[in-house]
Amino acid sequence: MDWTVVQNSLPMFEKGLWLTLRLSFFGIIGAGVLGLICSFIQYFKVPVLRKLVTAYVELSRNTPLLIQLFFLFYGLPQVGIKFSAEACGIIGIIFLGGSYMAEGFSGGLAGVSKTQIESGLAIGLSRFQLARYVIFPQGLMLSVPAFAANVIFLIKETSIFTVLAIPELTNTALDLIGMYYNTNEYLFMLVVAYAIILIPLSILLTWLEKKVRYGTFGN
Amino acid sequence: MGHSGISIFFEGANFLRLLGGLYVSAKIAFLSIFFGGILGIVLGVLRTLHNPLLRLLLRLYLEFFRIVPTIVLLFLFYYILPQSFNINYKADTVGTIVFSLWMAAEMSDIVRGALISVPMHQVESGKAIGLSTVQLYRYVLVPQSVHLMIPATINLMTRIIKTTSLLLLISVVDVINVGQQIIEANSHRYQDGAFWVYGFIFILYFILCYPLSRLARRLERRGKAGANG
Repeated sequence: MDWTVVQNSLPMFEKGLWLTLRLSFFGIIGAGVLGLICSFIQYFKVPVLRKLVTAYVELSRNTPLLIQLFFLFYGLPQVGIKFSAEACGIIGIIFLGGSYMAEGFSGGLAGVSKTQIESGLAIGLSRFQLARYVIFPQGLMLSVPAFAANVIFLIKETSIFTVLAIPELTNTALDLIGMYYNTNEYLFMLVVAYAIILIPLSILLTWLEKKVRYGTFGN
Repeated sequence: MGHSGISIFFEGANFLRLLGGLYVSAKIAFLSIFFGGILGIVLGVLRTLHNPLLRLLLRLYLEFFRIVPTIVLLFLFYYILPQSFNINYKADTVGTIVFSLWMAAEMSDIVRGALISVPMHQVESGKAIGLSTVQLYRYVLVPQSVHLMIPATINLMTRIIKTTSLLLLISVVDVINVGQQIIEANSHRYQDGAFWVYGFIFILYFILCYPLSRLARRLERRGKAGANG
C-alpha cells in the first residue's frame, strides 16, 4: 500500500462518491414513486393497467441491469430514441428499481390483517377512507424493511453504470487503475467508499425499521 | 432498406455463437449455484450453533459480500489474486469463485433464517424425546424449514443468473461479449445491430429467469397456504 497514492486520489473519489449518491438519489426516488403507483394499481386491481404492471414487473425483475442499460444506450438510438449516458443510467435504475419497490409495497399492503379491514368496513368507512386511514398507513409501515433492502440494492447496482463510462465510484477506480496501475490502492479506496455510503445507511435503515415497527402493534 | 436488421442473426454462425456465449454464462452460473449452495448450507447450519466467534466471523463474511457491489468483488479477485497471491486463474474461474462465495454468503443467511424460524418448543420437544443433533436436524428442523428455504433459494439463483451479465467486465467471453463482437463485426451491413442483438440477449435472460421466478412464487404461495392450515 502506497498511502500517497491513496491521498492523491482522494479528490477524484470524492467526485465519484457524490455522483454515485446523486444518481442513486434520483434513481431511488423515481423507483419509489413508480413502485408505489404500480403497487396501488395491483392492490386495487385496476383493469388493463394491472396486466401492464404485471408484464413490466416480470420483464424488469428477470433481466439484468447491464443489458437493460446497453439496450437503452446503444440499441434505442438506432431506432431514433437517444438519451445521455447519465439519463440512461437513471432511467435504467428506475426501470429496474420500480419493480422491486412495487413488490415490496405490494407485500406490505397484502400484510395488513383482514380484521383491520373488516373493522374499518364495520364502522362504515368508504373505500377511499379505508385506503387512506387503514390500509396505506399500516401497509407502508410493513413495507419499510423491503424498502430499506431495495435502497441498499439500488445503490450497489449503480456500480454497473461504469459500463456507460459514467464517472461514478466504480468507473473512477477502474479509470485510475487503467492509468496508473496502482491496483491495490484504488480497489481499497473503492471498497472503503462503498462502505462509507452503505454502512451508516444500513444502520440508519435498521433503526428506522425498529422505529416504525409499532405500526403492526396489536396483531 | 435491403434487409431487416433481424437477419443479423442469420449471418454466418452468429446465432450459434450467441448460444455458445450463453452456454458459458449458464455454466458459470450453474457451477456457482452448485458449489456456493453446498458451502452456504454448511455455513448456514454453523451460524445456528452457539459459538460467538464463529458467528461473528460468518456474519462479517456475509456483510462483506452484501456491502461490496458484485462488480467490485469481481475486480478485487481478478486483480488481487494474481498480484498479491500469485494465483493465475482464467477469468471464467475467477468469476465462478466470486459467484460461489457470494452464493454461499447469501445462502447461509437463507438457511439460518429458515432454521431459526422453527419454534423453540419443537427443538426442545425433540431433545426431550432424546434425538441426537443429527436426528434433530433430519427429523425436526429441516422438514419444518425447507419450505421457507426453497423459494428464497430459487430467487437467489435468478439473481446469480442475472449477475453473470457482469462477467463481461473481466473479459469472460459470455453472451454479451459475443453480442458485442457480432455487432462490431457486422456494423457495416447492419447499422441497427445493437438494437437487435441487445434486445435478443435481453429476451434470452428473460427466458432463463422467468420460469424460475414463477416457480419460486408458486412455491411461496403454497408454503403460505400450508402454514395457515
